[in-house]
Amino acid sequence: MNYRDMSMGELLALAPPGWGGALLDGLWLSLQVAGGGYLLGLVIGMAGAAGKLSGGPVIRDLLACYTTGIRAVPELVLILLLYFAVPEALNRVSAMIGLGEVSIGPFASGIAVIALVQGAYATEVMRGAIRAIPRGQIEAAHSLGMSPAKTFRRITLPAMLPGALPGLSNLWLIATKDTALLAVVGFTELTLAARQAAGATKHHLLFLCAAGVLYLLVSLVSNLFFKALERRATRGMPHG
Amino acid sequence: MAERRLPPHRLLLIAVAVLAITLIALHMRWGWLVDYRDAILDGLWLTLVLLVTTSAAGLLLAIPLGLVQVTGPRPLAWLAQGFCTLIRGTPLLLQIWLLYYGLGSLFPYLPGMRQSWLWPYLIESWPYAFAALTLSFAGYEGEVMRGGFAGVPKGELEAARALGMHPLTILRRIWLPRAVQRVLPTLNGELIIQLKATPLVATIAAVDTYAVFGRIRQETYMVYEPLLLMALIYLVLAGLITLACAALERGWSDDSGSR
Amino acid sequence: MKRVLTATLTTLCLASVAQADVTRVGFATEPYPPFATPDAGGELHGWEVDITRAICEAAGLECELVTTSWDGLIPALTGDKIDVIAASLSITDKRRETIAFSDKYYQTPAALAVAKGTEMEATREGLAGKSLGVQSASIHQAYAQAHYPEATLRQYQTQDEANQDLFAGRLDATLADRLIIEQFLESREGQLCCEMKGAVIQDPETLGEGIGFGIRQGDDALRERLNAAIAEVRADGTYDEITARYFDFDIYGEPDT
Repeated sequence: MNYRDMSMGELLALAPPGWGGALLDGLWLSLQVAGGGYLLGLVIGMAGAAGKLSGGPVIRDLLACYTTGIRAVPELVLILLLYFAVPEALNRVSAMIGLGEVSIGPFASGIAVIALVQGAYATEVMRGAIRAIPRGQIEAAHSLGMSPAKTFRRITLPAMLPGALPGLSNLWLIATKDTALLAVVGFTELTLAARQAAGATKHHLLFLCAAGVLYLLVSLVSNLFFKALERRATRGMPHG
Repeated sequence: MAERRLPPHRLLLIAVAVLAITLIALHMRWGWLVDYRDAILDGLWLTLVLLVTTSAAGLLLAIPLGLVQVTGPRPLAWLAQGFCTLIRGTPLLLQIWLLYYGLGSLFPYLPGMRQSWLWPYLIESWPYAFAALTLSFAGYEGEVMRGGFAGVPKGELEAARALGMHPLTILRRIWLPRAVQRVLPTLNGELIIQLKATPLVATIAAVDTYAVFGRIRQETYMVYEPLLLMALIYLVLAGLITLACAALERGWSDDSGSR
Repeated sequence: MKRVLTATLTTLCLASVAQADVTRVGFATEPYPPFATPDAGGELHGWEVDITRAICEAAGLECELVTTSWDGLIPALTGDKIDVIAASLSITDKRRETIAFSDKYYQTPAALAVAKGTEMEATREGLAGKSLGVQSASIHQAYAQAHYPEATLRQYQTQDEANQDLFAGRLDATLADRLIIEQFLESREGQLCCEMKGAVIQDPETLGEGIGFGIRQGDDALRERLNAAIAEVRADGTYDEITARYFDFDIYGEPDT
């Protein structure tokens, strides 16, 4: 393939031999992994915050280990651990009890890593936001006979959202950028797709910049979205 | 702290941790440590040098970036804001590759390059690692500094102005110290994020801690041991950063208190 | 999935894997043309794939080809997930500490690529003070450390990145498998910038004793069968016939001593 004589438009064309389609596929994969990891991370964060605020001392200590540990170890190292060590450990365990092989694909490992990292940060963000809710509101809900689940859904969640949103929007941006690290273990998300396109065509600047523009678009659009969400969540509050 | 009695559950947790560490130490293979000791220390050194120099340089860059956004002329403020958005909106790995491989792919077409005094640096990988990490830290910290400068109570600055202080003196004696004081609590987290960013330089042939352990993994075919030790090393480094930041914060507030 | 399950159960029940009816042969996921590259459907093609199939047939083994990432191959072998590694794995003493090898089935020399017009011998003195790019954890890195101690060694994740930096002028030379170097030099960038600097002095200790199948230590029955099969395909012309499809020279290298 002679890429040297192709124009910029031809190189970025969506159909092969242009690499635009490959970049968009990579972006889509990045967004899927980021989205999956982010949502799972929110669930972990919610459970973690609940555990840290109302769990027993053992749970609180274990959660402290989780949040400090995950936040101190580079994501790249965590990705390697999850990519290579965890599947093997799982396989050994499952082989021991005769269950056969568990295969963890790159997609699932990617989501798991992002979720674990996001969960650690989300735990802290949500804990802070929940603690900022006046105690009386929750007590009032209890005294009205609301079940804990209902209290959470009707009182805690809406009341904590304004406080948690800035942190959570920041976390989403981190999630989209963290997916780039999966490039190092050979997962063809946007950054690796750009690198492959650059390697094949030798137009390094063009493709790396193109990927940069895509990431920037994602972050700008997400910012607008979260701003709108924040406006909605803080409706009727004194310091909107 | 030492006088406080440990609750029983924590003793149990510590016992479990000690047991796990003993099992890991006894049942896993650690013979390779001897062969790779020097390589690990070299990698650790590069990680630390990169961490310290890029955060220091990034912090210095962040001060004008933050200040200009709060008080500078419009075009400069926009420029600084655009820079911060650009850095914070794209992955660092992409920035590093853009600097190293993107610029590198242009070299063969710039014939004068190889004779210039810059060439000996351009062929190394550490200048790119340094530049990318510094710019990244400046981008994130610039945003934080903007908040720091904007958050200093107006009254303090007005009082200084009323006393007839020169604007530069105000900046040096009041605005900057107060802004830094407000920003210090976030420094710990930012430094740990910077530490966690350093392994990315391994992808441009710089041999830091991560790269050394990558080599060990590939040469010894061990899965767990090198990864666990590497994770431990980064944990310890993060712990040291936290201790240093706590000391710094104490020192800074003592300092400004005695003045 | 079910077959994997039964295979695992079989290996679990029978202590010796050589007794299992299916032999799982592991290739690397990363493409390594012209030896083994997966196509869009995940099917493997290449010289090494063909030769492995021929050897399996000669040995009377029913082989199943599976792929694992290059990093994960040896752990997969020792972890009983595969029985044979066929991924252009060089036979070295270092690797022998972890796994066993069959006899070699091919051997290509290492070669240097340098910028055009570079006056340099592929010797210790010739590379003194030069910057040399190698792929991290490859036999070529080991060779460079042992034989070019005065060269500045730079390690890359892939050989492609080292070649890219040679093109950018950041490196004076890269050391790699001769076939890989040839492929780079045929590309447009390679033609523009660089040329081959002959084969380097052979050194079995670091460059290995050729490429062999990796097998578990103690799996002697399987090793004997593979060795006999390699000798058979060499003798009956199958080897030469397959090689002729990909290369215009014999890649077996020096006959075994």
